[in-house]
Formats: sequence, C-alpha cells, structure tokens
Amino acid sequence: MKEMTDRNIRFGVVVFPGSNCDHDAHHAAGALLGQSAEFLWHKDHDLKNSDVIILPGGFSFGDYLRSGAIARFSPIMKEVIRFAQDGGVVIGICNGFQVLVEAGLLPGALIRNSSLRFVCRFVHLRVENGATRLTNRCKQGEVLTIPVAHGEGNYRTDPETHRRLEENGQILFRYCDKQGRTTPEANPNGSLDNIAGIMNEEGNVFGMMPHPERACDPLLRYTDGRKIFESIINSFVRPATEPELVSIHNGGR
Amino acid sequence: MLQVFLAKVHVTLRKSILDPQGKAVEHAVATLGVVGVDEVRIGKYIEFRVDGKSEQEAREAAEQVCRKLLANPVMEDFSLVVEPQ
Repeated sequence: MKEMTDRNIRFGVVVFPGSNCDHDAHHAAGALLGQSAEFLWHKDHDLKNSDVIILPGGFSFGDYLRSGAIARFSPIMKEVIRFAQDGGVVIGICNGFQVLVEAGLLPGALIRNSSLRFVCRFVHLRVENGATRLTNRCKQGEVLTIPVAHGEGNYRTDPETHRRLEENGQILFRYCDKQGRTTPEANPNGSLDNIAGIMNEEGNVFGMMPHPERACDPLLRYTDGRKIFESIINSFVRPATEPELVSIHNGGR
Repeated sequence: MLQVFLAKVHVTLRKSILDPQGKAVEHAVATLGVVGVDEVRIGKYIEFRVDGKSEQEAREAAEQVCRKLLANPVMEDFSLVVEPQ
C-alpha cells in the first residue's frame, strides 16, 4: 500500500455506458475535496495510476439482464479486479455496488426494492464501523444524512455470510431514523438487516447504495458525504497514527 | 462436424428469496377474482444458438454461459434445455 503525505490522492472514476453519477463523483473528489480526479473509460485497460477507484452510480448498460451484470465484463474491470486483489481501494456507489457484487468482489446480491418503486430521497445512515478506510472521519454510531436513488438496492445474502459480515465488522452503514434506530420504516428498499453498505474482509473494497458524492456541496444543503471522502483521503495520509487502521492496512495484499 | 443447437434458458429468483414482482402479480390475480392462484414467480426466458461437436459439448458451453452470466447463483436458479436445430 502506498503511503503519502505530500501530494493529492488520485481518484479514478470508471465511466460505463449509462453511468450518470460519474461527473458528480469526479466533482466531489476533485473540485470539492481538492484531490486529483480522472475519468477511466470502461473499454480502456489503464487505471492511470489511481490510488482509489470509484465505480459510480447510474444504469450501466441499461441495467440489461441484471444491474451490473454486463458492466462486470467490461475490459477495465480486469484491471479493477486485479487492483482490488492487490489491496487497492475500490468504492462502488449504487450501480457501482451492484457491479462489485456481480464481479464477486463483495458478497451478496442486490435485488428489486421490496416496494417495487424507484426510491429517490434523503435517508439516515448509522455508522456501524467507524474504523475503516471509508468511515474513519465518522464517529461510531453517528447518523449521516445522504440520499439514495435506486430501484434495486435490496441487499440479500445467506445467513452464514450475514453472520460473518456482522462478526468481522464488514457492515459499514445501516438505514435508520433520525435518532439512529434501525426500524423497518427507515429501510427504503427492504434490505436484509437494514444494510446500506459493506466492505470486504480485507477492508479495501467498499460498496454502498447511498450517494455520498451527492452530499458534498454546501449548495445541496447536506454535506455528510464529505466525511466519506475525507475518510478515504485520511486513510492515505496518516496510516500509522490510528491503531485500528494499521491492521486494516496490513490486511491488504 | 459442428452441429447447431438451440439453448433455452429460464432464470428465476431462488425459492428462498422473496420475489416482490411475483407478490405484486399475485395480489393482482386476487383482485381479478381468480381464486386458487399463489406462489407467482417472475423470471426471464433467454434463448441462443450454440455450436458443438456433440449435444454434450454444446450443453457444456451453454451451461457455462448460464452459470457465469445469465444467472447470478447468489439469488437465481436456471433451467437449461439444449435441442438440435
């Protein structure tokens, strides 16, 4: 894992045909957080020396077959999978999360919302593990306000995998109400156990249905998404000063 | 000699997974007034041509397509029929 203190973090944002949050992610990482950001065309094989890869939201390949099922075979995904296997930080947001489960980089599956409706609104998320590369700038149990916009965000997995996710602290966020209670009413899509975001066992691949990149600009009122981006940046800048982070760093291959 | 076969694939959500679309159709059936209908499951039907030296070989290729692309084994089952064309 590269460590750095003296330069910007390079965010690579993959662009699939049908991605529509690619510019938002680029704007959040680049213009708002002051890092460098590059678009990565899905047919290319060059990750342009990115430190962090973002698979953005949208409807890659029109959601044909299943959400994310075709995108996972795009040429650049070979490189993204290798990068992830080498310990590189990969974040899938919304459709990007769907691509990561289809690619087998994260466990489980995302099926049709239990309401059968496309849900587009702000939700509350409780931070379930504040000691990861994606959440170290959040407090454990903190309630974030971040929007969701999806029709297939209903997270499902088998009981054994669910148990392991829980035990290993791989559940990052749960849908909750304002007070942080994970009620069925606070669950916008019927996800198992109100799960809104997870990571892999190694702690370098992240998937979440809510859109942090849409909650970074003060113009859009809520800025809790910044904490996610700041956590990622922070995880590169100060790896040795946070004891919990050290083990996560060493976990990467 | 290569022969051409037709692969017919049905993909459905696994029994253990709630099918919200199926449930919605089930409710519509009840509203329609037809009684005695339940366990509605919505799926996909896909067909494609596949070459092979034998039916066995064509079936193996078709199965690979089903397992790796057409169905997601985490949540879906598939059934495959391969027939000579």
